[in-house]
Amino acid sequence: MKVVVCIKQTPSTTAVLTVDTGGNVKWDDPGGKPNVLNPWDEYAVEEGIRLKENHGATDVIVLTAGSEESQEALKTSLAMGCTAAILVSDAAFSGSDTTGTARILAAAINKVGGVDIAVFGKQAIDGDTGLTPMQVARKLGWTPLTYVSAIKEVGGGKITVERLLDDGKETVTANLPVVISVVKEINEPRYPSLMGIRKASRAEIPTWGAGDLAVAGGAGAAASKVDWSNIYAIPPRVGSVEMITADTVEEQARILADKLFEEKVI
Amino acid sequence: MDFQLTEEQREFRHVVHEFVAKELKPLARHTDESGEFNWTAVKKMGPLGLLGLEVPEEYGGAAVDAISAAIAIEELGWGCGSTALAISAHNGLALGPIVKYGTEAQKQEWLPPLATGKGKLGCLSLTEPGAGSDLQGGVRTTAVKEGDSWIIDGQKMWMTNASISDLMVVLVRTDPGGGSRSLSHILVPTNTPGITVAPAEKKMGLKGSPTHAVTFDEVRVPLSNLLGTEGRGLQQTLATLDSGRVGIGALAVGLGQAAYEAAIKYAHERETFGQPIKRHQAVQWMLADAATELQAARLMVYWAAWLKGLGKPYTKEAAMAKLFATEVSERVCRNAIQVHGGYGYSAEFEVERLYRDTRLMTIGEGTSEIQRLVIARHILDL
Repeated sequence: MKVVVCIKQTPSTTAVLTVDTGGNVKWDDPGGKPNVLNPWDEYAVEEGIRLKENHGATDVIVLTAGSEESQEALKTSLAMGCTAAILVSDAAFSGSDTTGTARILAAAINKVGGVDIAVFGKQAIDGDTGLTPMQVARKLGWTPLTYVSAIKEVGGGKITVERLLDDGKETVTANLPVVISVVKEINEPRYPSLMGIRKASRAEIPTWGAGDLAVAGGAGAAASKVDWSNIYAIPPRVGSVEMITADTVEEQARILADKLFEEKVI
Repeated sequence: MDFQLTEEQREFRHVVHEFVAKELKPLARHTDESGEFNWTAVKKMGPLGLLGLEVPEEYGGAAVDAISAAIAIEELGWGCGSTALAISAHNGLALGPIVKYGTEAQKQEWLPPLATGKGKLGCLSLTEPGAGSDLQGGVRTTAVKEGDSWIIDGQKMWMTNASISDLMVVLVRTDPGGGSRSLSHILVPTNTPGITVAPAEKKMGLKGSPTHAVTFDEVRVPLSNLLGTEGRGLQQTLATLDSGRVGIGALAVGLGQAAYEAAIKYAHERETFGQPIKRHQAVQWMLADAATELQAARLMVYWAAWLKGLGKPYTKEAAMAKLFATEVSERVCRNAIQVHGGYGYSAEFEVERLYRDTRLMTIGEGTSEIQRLVIARHILDL
């Protein structure tokens, strides 16, 4: 059984982002690394590794589409225990929207070949769309199983999972291959081991470009339906403070209550 | 010269830092106040590699280089002094001599469970009621051969980790004639009949790292439990302490770094005379000194670790690094309390614990005075 874990490198959760007047976004994290493996994807990587440890998967290949810098997140995944990594990177793919990214990932999964399960985190902390797993499933023509909180059984060409939905849990069985997206309830991601880091730092990660993949339908900025033409920093909230003065506390309270009624707060 | 950590070392630091920030630092106050050893975090250290830092991979260890090992202890110290001391002692004092002097059978038996966290920890047993740094003449615990066994009798003091260990590396007198070749190391499983571990000592700091007096009353272990060469226990101990001193130096840097960061944060937040206290020169100077001295201490620790990794002599450098780093740490923690003013004296603030914790660093594994003695012997050909 072959598993592909699709990940994304994102700004760290503690990174400080700034947007200049030209709409250019920069970020840094003085206390740590500015870019990390998308925190939601840590659960996907962990579940991929558990498919190997508990369900007999032979390969757990971590895959990302992004810049050269994304190698770092791939190495983190290798250090956790993935068996191989692939970076899809090409200037022609830059500026892709989620549909374009899904086309790229689907093409890469097809190129890997023989994949039974593609695992995703439920969303990325930067774009926060949560669309990519579904779109990749659609492009591949595979069954999407989203918000998976437990993998119950894998075998006989089928997979049984538990899905965590707003109104409860449901257990579903689907024929392989499938695309699953996982929620944080599924596991506790392991830390990359020191032994794993050493192996990962020496790993050669192949890079696939536009010439290596048959991306159907187009990708990159030209094919993007999403418009990023106006990027700006969120203006700070403007407020004012009014101190209520009166002779007695009771009077102050009455004035306060009146004002709150006026403003329809109470 | 290259003062850059390698990519691998930077990644080690990042991963250990993240682990410590999540699993140790938030519980450090509870660990100190309750005296409960943080087993939850320590059990997670096994798969990470922190319990077998310099143990070869074939025995389940992480086999990291000496600088990475120092970085790991530094980061642990930044998060929780108690847990860091236990892990530093486990790695440097217990596993270190087994890796260096153990037979293949001893390594096969003890390293995999200890390095992977499947068992408990390990500890080194040197100090006695009448023997601290004067081990050669002071050790009274004896091991006598009887048939196929060693029979051990005596009493040890200040044994870090004794109650949370599966194995003790015990320094014993095997030649009653005395002299520099009269001591040996023997591996003693902690569940051997005849061992009595006294309740944990009540200490000023590091309360989550249990320290015990231990009595050996006709403790019988196989002759094959001799570690290294019979009669070379003193030399093996001194070599082990060289490595341990790098660890204590690193731990002290970590404690000092935590105090420095707390003081920097407080200097931004606290206002007096209408401005943040970071605007006051008295505070600026304390923090500037802390930044400078911590950096120097860190470089000295890495320097000693680097020499160790190259297999070069580093006794003097380890003593220098330990002496300087621990005294810097004490000063930085002291001044961090000063920056906090009255609040710094309150147990509500982290710096109070850090000051108590770092106080041991200038004492354990050789006091500052012993370090100066070691350095003096080297530079004066004494």
